[in-house]
Amino acid sequence: MTGDLPTLVPVLPEIILAVGAMVLLMLGVFQGDKSYNQITSLSVILLIAAGVVMFTQVGGERQLTFGGMFVTDAFAVFAKTLVFVGSGIALLMSGRFMQDHKIGRFEFPILVLLATVGMMLMISANNLMSVYVGLELQSLSLYVLAAMNRDRSRSTEAGLKYFVLGALSSGMLLYGISLIYGFAGTTDFDMLATTLKGLHEPALGITVGMVFLLAGLCFKVSAVPFHMWTPDVYEGAPTPVTAFFAAAPKIAALALFVRAMVGAFPAMTGEWQQVVVFVSIASMLVGAFIALVQTNIKRLMAYSSIGHVGFALVGLAAGTQQGVEALLVYIAIYLTMTLGAFAAILSMRRSEGMVEDISDLAGLSQTNLPMAIGIATLMFSLAGIPLLAGFFGKWYVFKAAVDAGLVPLAVIGLVTSVVSCYYYLRIIKIMFFDEPAPAFEGGQGKAVSLVVGVAAVLNSPVSFLLISPLVAAAAWAAGSLLF
Amino acid sequence: MIFLQNYLLSLMMLVPMIGAFFILIIRHQDKEIEKRNIRSVALLATLATFALSCLLWAGFDNADAGFQFTENYAWIGDTVRYNIGVDGISMLFVVLTAFLMPIVVLGSWESVETRVKEYMIAFLLLETLMIGVFCALDIFLFYVFFEGGLIPMYLLIGVWGGVNRIYASFKFFLYTLLGSVLMLVAILYMYMETGTTDIPLLMTHHFAPSVQTWLWLAFFASFAVKMPMWPVHTWLPDAHVQAPTGGSVILAGVLLKMGGYGFLRFSLPMFPDASQDFAWLIFALSIIAVVYTSLVALVQEDIKKLIAYSSVAHMGFVTIGIFVFNANGIEGAIFTMLSHGVVSGALFLCVGVIYDRLHTREIKRYGGLSVNMKIYATIFVILSMASVGLPGTSGFVGEFLVLNGSFAYNSWVSFGAATGVILGAAYMLYLVRRLVFGELDKDDVKAMPDLSLREKIIFAPLIAAVFWMGIYPNSFLDPVHASVEKLISTHFAVVKHAAPAPAEMQGEHAAPAHAEHEAH
Repeated sequence: MTGDLPTLVPVLPEIILAVGAMVLLMLGVFQGDKSYNQITSLSVILLIAAGVVMFTQVGGERQLTFGGMFVTDAFAVFAKTLVFVGSGIALLMSGRFMQDHKIGRFEFPILVLLATVGMMLMISANNLMSVYVGLELQSLSLYVLAAMNRDRSRSTEAGLKYFVLGALSSGMLLYGISLIYGFAGTTDFDMLATTLKGLHEPALGITVGMVFLLAGLCFKVSAVPFHMWTPDVYEGAPTPVTAFFAAAPKIAALALFVRAMVGAFPAMTGEWQQVVVFVSIASMLVGAFIALVQTNIKRLMAYSSIGHVGFALVGLAAGTQQGVEALLVYIAIYLTMTLGAFAAILSMRRSEGMVEDISDLAGLSQTNLPMAIGIATLMFSLAGIPLLAGFFGKWYVFKAAVDAGLVPLAVIGLVTSVVSCYYYLRIIKIMFFDEPAPAFEGGQGKAVSLVVGVAAVLNSPVSFLLISPLVAAAAWAAGSLLF
Repeated sequence: MIFLQNYLLSLMMLVPMIGAFFILIIRHQDKEIEKRNIRSVALLATLATFALSCLLWAGFDNADAGFQFTENYAWIGDTVRYNIGVDGISMLFVVLTAFLMPIVVLGSWESVETRVKEYMIAFLLLETLMIGVFCALDIFLFYVFFEGGLIPMYLLIGVWGGVNRIYASFKFFLYTLLGSVLMLVAILYMYMETGTTDIPLLMTHHFAPSVQTWLWLAFFASFAVKMPMWPVHTWLPDAHVQAPTGGSVILAGVLLKMGGYGFLRFSLPMFPDASQDFAWLIFALSIIAVVYTSLVALVQEDIKKLIAYSSVAHMGFVTIGIFVFNANGIEGAIFTMLSHGVVSGALFLCVGVIYDRLHTREIKRYGGLSVNMKIYATIFVILSMASVGLPGTSGFVGEFLVLNGSFAYNSWVSFGAATGVILGAAYMLYLVRRLVFGELDKDDVKAMPDLSLREKIIFAPLIAAVFWMGIYPNSFLDPVHASVEKLISTHFAVVKHAAPAPAEMQGEHAAPAHAEHEAH
């Protein structure tokens, strides 16, 4: 802690992305919007490079740097890998759409990169201060992304709404942090954990502060009752941006949620567990019931994602290492499902432009059978029907809940999953049972079709072969947290 | 041969999947040729599976009460394994599934003209899953197969079904899923308590009685819906009526048996105490089902609906047989399920035959078929008699064994069940009278041709099976004996020994006598 430079090796991937983003920004400024494709490709390459460096140079050993503000461990490697995949695929899918809508600006990939850096900082944050810094870097990039299509009122509305509510939640988060600092005297996760263990009963201020912290985090993962922004932002933002929102930031926020609770407040497990149980039940219920009446597929996916966050939080609610493992398995599978589903939405295009109504999918099985089978697989998987990958996720989170003695939570969760099944089935019904609507035009680009295909294959019974390594990786990641 | 012996069950699941894959890649410019090729591949795949199932039956050791043809490989982590095998209880269900599938494919040969490719793929995948359900020896694997079967069935009803198919497909899917998720919670709990998902191991574990109650109820929720038992049977008539003929056959023939199989595989051996405590509930629901659904069947105007309600009544018999906990009852239940699989499947095919000709299922629209469709009428009467339980046909043996078993348990239960036999005869004979006999006064009915060669080929094995099961039931009962005996003696020995006070008294008498003798 003298004037020496802190060890930078653990932060190498972040540095690569941040510096790379700056370089690309310069490139973009000089070349203008025509360099959109080039910069997108370079951004994907940067993401891959950061991933490679993370695996080869950083590894899964627990390392602290910047005076304990930043930590890397197996958990961070696992979550960051998912974030890389989410960001990279969202970028790959975006090109055609952005150019068609005349919003193919070079800032888009750069903002995605900066948001990704923010997410990586969130995942690796080991101090409430670095939590806030990472969160804001991510959020500010996301606000701009949501309003990317600035000529369209829906998009600007989405950006503004997201910003105002996001600022509110950041305020609550900061207030919580200040309370915790005031009562515990530290913002460092490890020190917080030891301090709180030493106390007989945590001061009321710490509990209140933690609840505010939780509220802020719930906003970021879009859990009920802090979910109101989600449907509007999902609907208003350009579809590739929505695809990005649904995948990477959720994963980063959930990872942060886990590390903050397990890393900083293990002594107060009983307290936060209650909140998480409530939030997860409420999310599952809202996700299931309100989605029933949606007609816009992006809004539907918004509610579906709220429900899925509820399911993932069931794993955290268990408060055990096994629960975290289950949560990691769940979000990994959710990543493939949601990216596939949004790729499918991106391919819903007719001559008049993109369409977003569920009824536009009518009779897809007769106009484009492979696409219909792909979407159906993803929908059954989202519904958590056995044979498909989504079921494994449900199996693990509810197993963790039952093991932790939360049988009522498991029952409620599974019953809501039956309710949510209805709207996934409705999409399949529209595609397979109804009379065909005009066929979609091709031209969404190979990347989009490929993502639907790969996601469908990964979620199909092929997942029987992949689930074992995934569970092993999640166990390795969860094992690196201190329980 | 050794290879076959070792991998027979996996092969049986693999062959339909390979068939489905081939159908997926079949392409031809001439759509008619493409359809013909698709149908032929489906038929070949199902026939090959049936041939394998015959090998299974031939190679099955009747004296062995344990699991045979087992395969066991690590799958996920340390506990969940790919573990399959059959015992006497499940083996014949596998054979039944494989037996019905080629018939279903043949039965849909001409009636399904649209989207043949998807239809056959769905059926072949369904076959894999159904065989999987009966073979799975890992509870996780079982659940995957059990629920996975909903997907192809949902599509079958929804795409190729009748007018009201969408309502029926949703109801079928959500109803059964809701029942099953409760079972999933129970499975998770059992996994937590025992640390294993291995079915044979779980059978040896003794759960605390209070826990058993909850677990039993959760499994009951799933199996009662699947079975279906009164009052959660309402999805069945809808699904049956709307499903295409092939779907109805499989639904009645195999899917309904999963509930009964589940009771025998899980509820009885794993929760014996709760099973005994809840036997009254099963009897009450079953007897209501038998009487109520028989009466409902009596007033139906739709042939498929009538047969659907009769299925609920027959399943009431099965549940009674299972929960009397003696060999006759359980073997009777298994036999009734097998017989019902063949007979009701065949009856649905019969409906399909006349539906293809006149495109209505209304009973009123027919009449006098015995005049112009003689072979059809003969077959229909034989099958109706088998459904009623006429001695010499398959229906009789199962009913007799169940009544016999239930009489030994409680004569009132037996009495309730027996009313079903009478009512069953009433609605079936009434149906036969309206459909097959009576005046042939409708012109379009007069114009209906008798069975084609293809249809005769479909019915021949079914009729043969009906008589074989009725005349020499031992071929079907012999493989079942050992496993049922083991089930009863290991888990319900307590019931038998609760009563044998006389044996103890004898012992007490003997001891003083001995002492006296020594005193002398």
